[in-house]
Amino acid sequence: MKLVTAIIKPFKLDDVKSALEAYGIQGMTVSEASGYGRQRGHTEVYRGAEYTVDLVPKVRLEVLVEDHDADSVVEVIVKSAQTGRIGDGKVWSVPVDTVARVRTGERGSDAL
Amino acid sequence: MELNSGDTAWVLASTALVLLMTPGLAFFYGGMTKAKSTLNMMMMSFITICIVSVVWVIYGFSMAFGSTSDRGWVGDFEWSSLGGSVNALTNNGGPYGIPLLAFAGFQLMFAVITPALISGAIADRAKFLTWGIFVTIWVTIVYFPVAHWVFDFGDKAEDGTITGAGWLAARGVEDFAGGTAVHINAGAAGLALAIVLGRRVGFKKNPTRPHSLPLVLIGAGLLWFGWFGFNAGSALGANGLAALALMNTQVATAAGLGGWLLVEKLRDGHPTSLGAASGAVAGLVAITPACAFIAPWAAVLLGVLAGAICSLAVGLKYVLNFDDSLDVVGVHLVGGIVGCLFVGFFGTPAVNSLGLKGLFYGGGFELLGKQALGAFSVLAYSFIVTLILGFLLEQTIGFRISRDAELEGIDLTEHAESAYEFDTYAGGGTYGGGTTTLKEKIALNTADEEVPA
Repeated sequence: MKLVTAIIKPFKLDDVKSALEAYGIQGMTVSEASGYGRQRGHTEVYRGAEYTVDLVPKVRLEVLVEDHDADSVVEVIVKSAQTGRIGDGKVWSVPVDTVARVRTGERGSDAL
Repeated sequence: MELNSGDTAWVLASTALVLLMTPGLAFFYGGMTKAKSTLNMMMMSFITICIVSVVWVIYGFSMAFGSTSDRGWVGDFEWSSLGGSVNALTNNGGPYGIPLLAFAGFQLMFAVITPALISGAIADRAKFLTWGIFVTIWVTIVYFPVAHWVFDFGDKAEDGTITGAGWLAARGVEDFAGGTAVHINAGAAGLALAIVLGRRVGFKKNPTRPHSLPLVLIGAGLLWFGWFGFNAGSALGANGLAALALMNTQVATAAGLGGWLLVEKLRDGHPTSLGAASGAVAGLVAITPACAFIAPWAAVLLGVLAGAICSLAVGLKYVLNFDDSLDVVGVHLVGGIVGCLFVGFFGTPAVNSLGLKGLFYGGGFELLGKQALGAFSVLAYSFIVTLILGFLLEQTIGFRISRDAELEGIDLTEHAESAYEFDTYAGGGTYGGGTTTLKEKIALNTADEEVPA
């Protein structure tokens, strides 16, 4: 199994979610995040004083998938989250040792 | 002079209008602070309503307006506790058809808001108890005497003799509603306290972002609304002078808002909501001394000037390195001076028979000289006395909270409260319990480390 993690623009969340559902993904975890990469922060101004916001708001989306789905899921997220402009985010996947469903105690692929 | 019910009704209504300005100021200032110090900022305004109202009845009104004997610097104590004045009418440079207590109530609201204005200069870092003590002493030795200088036109007898007028009022300084006694006074005191308390942790390194601009705009709106009582109520009657003051207040404020935004648009490219709120207040401040001495078209000019000048003046603190947190100096001191001096140029007896001709109306420099005397004598007195008072309080009981308490947030350490409950999983708590008392638990909120020099 693999854990696919994506950092995306907040306003693209709905598109990504729909695309993953269309692919057949049945669950995901979404959290608010902030950070920066090549896209630096933005500048605000209060009574003439500059205020630079370094960390840009992002959404972090996590999906647990079967090994053979990982590449396709990464592809689906990249396509649906893309605007082509700087700050679109990143997607990566990492191997997962164990997964357990809390309600039933099922393990491995059955718990996905 | 008979009691005039129309005049009395207007002054009573104005009193309520001016009272609302102080909660309005609490919103205006409270929105500009961080989320972790907004309650303290608002409480600094609310506590002045409490303290000043009480001392006003006991001795404040009498110190400011007691004028049976000839004293230019401070009033006497003839009206202490205000008990025997229920049926008396107002006499302030002449008889008015309003009860003395209506005048006393109206003037009380000016005494309430003036120290509240100062609090913006020391956001996030003043001990609440020391602030309360400061307000009590400050109104006694600064506001009451200065209000006497400017607002007390003396007791006019039937034979025309006047006793007990304040020294600036007697010299003919034209300050209709308090450009000197309220705004220059508070601005100069704010500068002094910002110097005494020092800069906040991270000043110029971590710019503080207003936590709620909608709150700032609500506050500015309430100030604008209440200011009609402040300026038009100062006519002490429902008459043409009140109408002139009201119209001038409206157009100068509107123009101030526009003037500030114009500077922002040209300089930064974006007109901001904080700029709109600040420009409106700058216009209100500047029109205060001038509101019944200039024509409405001149009030528009004054508003634009005040908005533009104040929007530039708020940058001074970064150059001169004093942390006047919410720009009391840049808006109230500078705006007050602009308004006072403006009367010296544009004052005209055509709109108010009591007024003198300003420089542009052929009156020469006489009125301008009086205005400068009023503005700078109040500035100097307020700054020096406040600096000494603030320094003494800091050295004895301490005025500034510890560095840790400031970083933790003054709402928690001084008031044991948070302004906002977002109801996240991190906010869970229990109700009561444990073996220590509530007071002991709250004491743990406060860090004891001192601010390094």
